Amino acid sequence: MNEPVISVRNLSKMYHLGTINRRTLTDELHYGWLKLCGRDPVGHMGKLGEKPKDRNPEFWALRDVSFDVQQGEIVGIIGRNGAGKSTLLKILTRITEPTRGGAVINGRVGSLLEVGTGFHPELTGRENVFMNGTILGMKKREIAAKFDEIVSFAEIEQFIDTPVKRYSSGMYVRLAFAVAAHLEPEILLVDEVLAVGDTAFQKKCLGKMTDVANEGRTILFVSHNMGAISGLCPKSIVLKDGCLDFGPVSTDAAIEQYMQEAKQLLDCRLADRKDRQGEGKILITDFSITDKDGCKLESAICGKPLDFRFEYTAAEGAELTDITVSINITTSNGVFLTLLCNEIASSTFPHIPSRGILICHLDKLAFAPGLYMLNINIQRRGVIQDWIIGAASLMVEAGNFFGTGRIPPSTHKGVFFEQSWRVDKTE
Amino acid sequence: MQKTIIRANTPWWIIDWRELWEYRDLIGIMTRRDLTSAYKQSVLGPLWFVLQPLMTTLVFTVVFGKIAKIGTDGLPPILFYMSGMLTWNFFAMTMNSVSSTLTSNIGLFGKVYFPRLSIPVVKILVNSATLALNFLMFLSFWSYYRFFTDATMPPAWHMLAILPILFYVGTLGMGMGLLLSSMTIKYRDIKFFLPFFSMLWMYASPIIYPASVVPERWRWVVLYNPMSWAVEATRKMLAGQGTFDMTQVLMGGVFVLVLLVFGLFAFNRVQRTFVDIV
Repeated sequence: MNEPVISVRNLSKMYHLGTINRRTLTDELHYGWLKLCGRDPVGHMGKLGEKPKDRNPEFWALRDVSFDVQQGEIVGIIGRNGAGKSTLLKILTRITEPTRGGAVINGRVGSLLEVGTGFHPELTGRENVFMNGTILGMKKREIAAKFDEIVSFAEIEQFIDTPVKRYSSGMYVRLAFAVAAHLEPEILLVDEVLAVGDTAFQKKCLGKMTDVANEGRTILFVSHNMGAISGLCPKSIVLKDGCLDFGPVSTDAAIEQYMQEAKQLLDCRLADRKDRQGEGKILITDFSITDKDGCKLESAICGKPLDFRFEYTAAEGAELTDITVSINITTSNGVFLTLLCNEIASSTFPHIPSRGILICHLDKLAFAPGLYMLNINIQRRGVIQDWIIGAASLMVEAGNFFGTGRIPPSTHKGVFFEQSWRVDKTE
Repeated sequence: MQKTIIRANTPWWIIDWRELWEYRDLIGIMTRRDLTSAYKQSVLGPLWFVLQPLMTTLVFTVVFGKIAKIGTDGLPPILFYMSGMLTWNFFAMTMNSVSSTLTSNIGLFGKVYFPRLSIPVVKILVNSATLALNFLMFLSFWSYYRFFTDATMPPAWHMLAILPILFYVGTLGMGMGLLLSSMTIKYRDIKFFLPFFSMLWMYASPIIYPASVVPERWRWVVLYNPMSWAVEATRKMLAGQGTFDMTQVLMGGVFVLVLLVFGLFAFNRVQRTFVDIV
């Protein structure tokens, strides 16, 4: 077999939890002084002067991860929040160094971890294309050669000589992605960037990634969107608590394994879940489904009204204005189906109490019978407060959606639409 | 094929110069960005690069020369203060801008990898370009005094001595900046302390006064201050008198080189994982 393009060996990364390096020079001098005087600095200075190591437990974001990726393979990286996916990419892109172990990468690496890094608001689109391209590792003449292609991909021909601070956020993101998409690395590392831009643009991005894949280049793709992963990556690895749980195996097997674990996690109370991201000033503690009278339901019935209820508590001093709540519903295989979001459907909550229940009411549940997964996300002005993937499951049972008493065959999955039928005669 | 080896605990003495060279296009573009974006949307634009030191010189000439009546060792006051500002600004701006490399670019460094040493290189290039403009202005004032007044000035070739002096000053600023930059990651205090430190250092260097007026018991401050060697050397060059002590020149050169190497290693050690702790 050929030498692998990416070869990861016993890669481990340790972080110190809690506040590191909040100590100031005066603390340090005080610490040194006490030590010089022969006194016990830790005892004398109390919590202020403790050595970070005494106070901060170690946290292994990655532990002994090893795998190989061959030339031309497209590998998905699947894992819950906090499983170490981002840390893995950060190390492979050399943003930070591992604590133990290492990796060998053969070929030029390009990354799409965050688009638009290094954009300078005062500079024009043209200047920023060059700036951003060289930051991503391109040469000036490579960019010049592709310049027109980049600009037309981003659809901003008219504004290319305008400072980017006057761009709309959509234009900004499009230009940034266009630059990143046109760098021609032998190995591409992608982290969830497809979440940017409008749907049409997202489609274009996915198309671009497929093109890159078809050219025989190697891609590592991190996403929570199992649909995108299974559509793009024949193989995947599953990370769990920083360890390689599974893989590289076929994506279907990996997703099945991952969803299996996700279902086990559902037995855990939301308040006790650790696999969450966000600032954590507002935390989801419980979830339930109720009917319109507030009675708890074990499963929902297709065609009936339904309330999703998320109990939350806010930390003291948390700002409780302008709250956006989103529920992302996927199939049991993690394929994205729909988004319920107060900001889109009506408006953000201008103010919420410090403890309460966020309720999303549906007049008529339109899912076909089956098992669905819910991801929940609470944001305040664009800052994620709490985000749990696979926060809850939703079991839907057959119901009289169409009011005719007839239900579609159980093999037909998906969503239902109200519909009317007629026939027109042609001449 | 490009081969990247990622390993834990890369030794601090290994600096990948070849990779830095690979990113020369980025360094060039960033340097241009810094120079052009600094004064965008200002009426006078790049003129500010020379106006700022010119105005400082005028203020110094009036305040210290005319009001406080501090002597200038027989040099025309404008040239005296301007030469001081020329070396000092180059040093202080290099030190300050390099020292904030890691803290002020964390957003960039945390998202994409490129040799972190590119930023200090960009800063020294930007400051050298500013210096070149300032030097042109200085040269025009000097020519005026040399050729159109009866001030006694040495022949023009003496001015060539400015090159090694500025090289020395740049190395000193870079070394200090790199050292401070790697320390700021651990101790944020330095960021607040630095403006004061830099001001103190300026007053401890013979910028606004000649070294000859320093009383005997404060002499050591000037004597052991690596910046004062540079400023004094500039003044000697302008006056065309005084001697250079070879041992002192050698000591100064060795000192800044050691400082630079030390700064480079410290920076290299910190840059590997600093994104984890900021």
